[in-house]
Amino acid sequence: MSEEQNHNVSRRQFLTYTLTGVGGFMAAGIILPMARFAIDPVLQAESAGDMKAVASVDDLTDQPQRFDFSYEQEDAWNTSEVTETAWIYQEGDEIVALSPTCTHLGCTVGWEANQDHPEEFFCPCHGGRFKKDGTNIEGTPPTEPLHKYEVEVQEGTVYVGKAESQV
Amino acid sequence: MLQRVYEWVDERLDITPMWRDIADHEVPEHVNPAHHFSAFVYCFGGLTFFITVIQILSGMFLTMYYVPDIVNAYESVRYLQGDVAYGTIVRGMHHWGASLVIVMIFLHTLRVFFTGAYKRPRELNWVVGVLIFFVMLGLGFTGYLLPWDMKAYFATVVGLQIAESVPLVGTLSKTLLSGDPEIIGAQTLTRFFAIHVFFLPGALLGLLAAHFIMIRRQGISGPL
Repeated sequence: MSEEQNHNVSRRQFLTYTLTGVGGFMAAGIILPMARFAIDPVLQAESAGDMKAVASVDDLTDQPQRFDFSYEQEDAWNTSEVTETAWIYQEGDEIVALSPTCTHLGCTVGWEANQDHPEEFFCPCHGGRFKKDGTNIEGTPPTEPLHKYEVEVQEGTVYVGKAESQV
Repeated sequence: MLQRVYEWVDERLDITPMWRDIADHEVPEHVNPAHHFSAFVYCFGGLTFFITVIQILSGMFLTMYYVPDIVNAYESVRYLQGDVAYGTIVRGMHHWGASLVIVMIFLHTLRVFFTGAYKRPRELNWVVGVLIFFVMLGLGFTGYLLPWDMKAYFATVVGLQIAESVPLVGTLSKTLLSGDPEIIGAQTLTRFFAIHVFFLPGALLGLLAAHFIMIRRQGISGPL
């Protein structure tokens, strides 16, 4: 008998449990769809970045040359044409495509852009310098090498993908 | 755990009297459906508020994707409804809730009217309630334009013609609403968006606060 009494649930407790349960269920039903709606960009599968045609292999030399390429970028309901730049050169069999974005504060670097520094990438903003393979030169502001594009060659055409950090 | 956090805060800020003052009051027998089932008619005011809360929440989330611009508005609505997860549901809540809130507020008005709850000393609360009703209609009118499709556009054309038909200040009020004496376009959409998202909700929250403070001060009206 005494054991049975221990299992008694008071009217107040019963109401607390059921009302909290029902209320929580309703609140979750309202909040969850909105939360999922809001965090959708985080859960969108990352698009496997298309490779874009940039240049013909015949045009490449052992000196970095500037190639601009444009592609359609889809941003939710907005589609726009984006233009990017790559500095490309060929060394033996290897084709190297470097991003022109300075790794210091994001200005645009140019090959031999400064006469005092031949055979180097130079950034006009704070005098950052990089070697031909993109390595940042000690004593100048940048802290890491220029980013490198994924490169692919098909039927004599050079395609590039995303620029990725070399470190 | 939660209990300990509560006690820690309560010891310092004495918050118990605050929520007790709001939450701890008796529901009179004639208002309690457990005693008389017909007392469910007293729920409509609370349901109006409940749906209003859902409208505010779903509206906040919709503005994460919506753009009040004639070029992008329609496309952004199509994107958030078609491509974003649960977009149909979140927009659906706002869409259906908008109609439902009018139904609920109307039933609430009927109950107040037929129980004579608007009589002295509660006349002021009736007045505030009617103002809330007008604000709700304004929210419905301005929100209807935002998807910027044909239905929205021509409903607003008609609505603005009604505003224009008001004697003396008609033309003025139409221009004030649409942002241009002739065109219903870019300025109309941004204005309606601002009114729908900032001005009317602000007014609504103030009026609701007044409505609730008055009902607590005066208590619910007696049985028939």
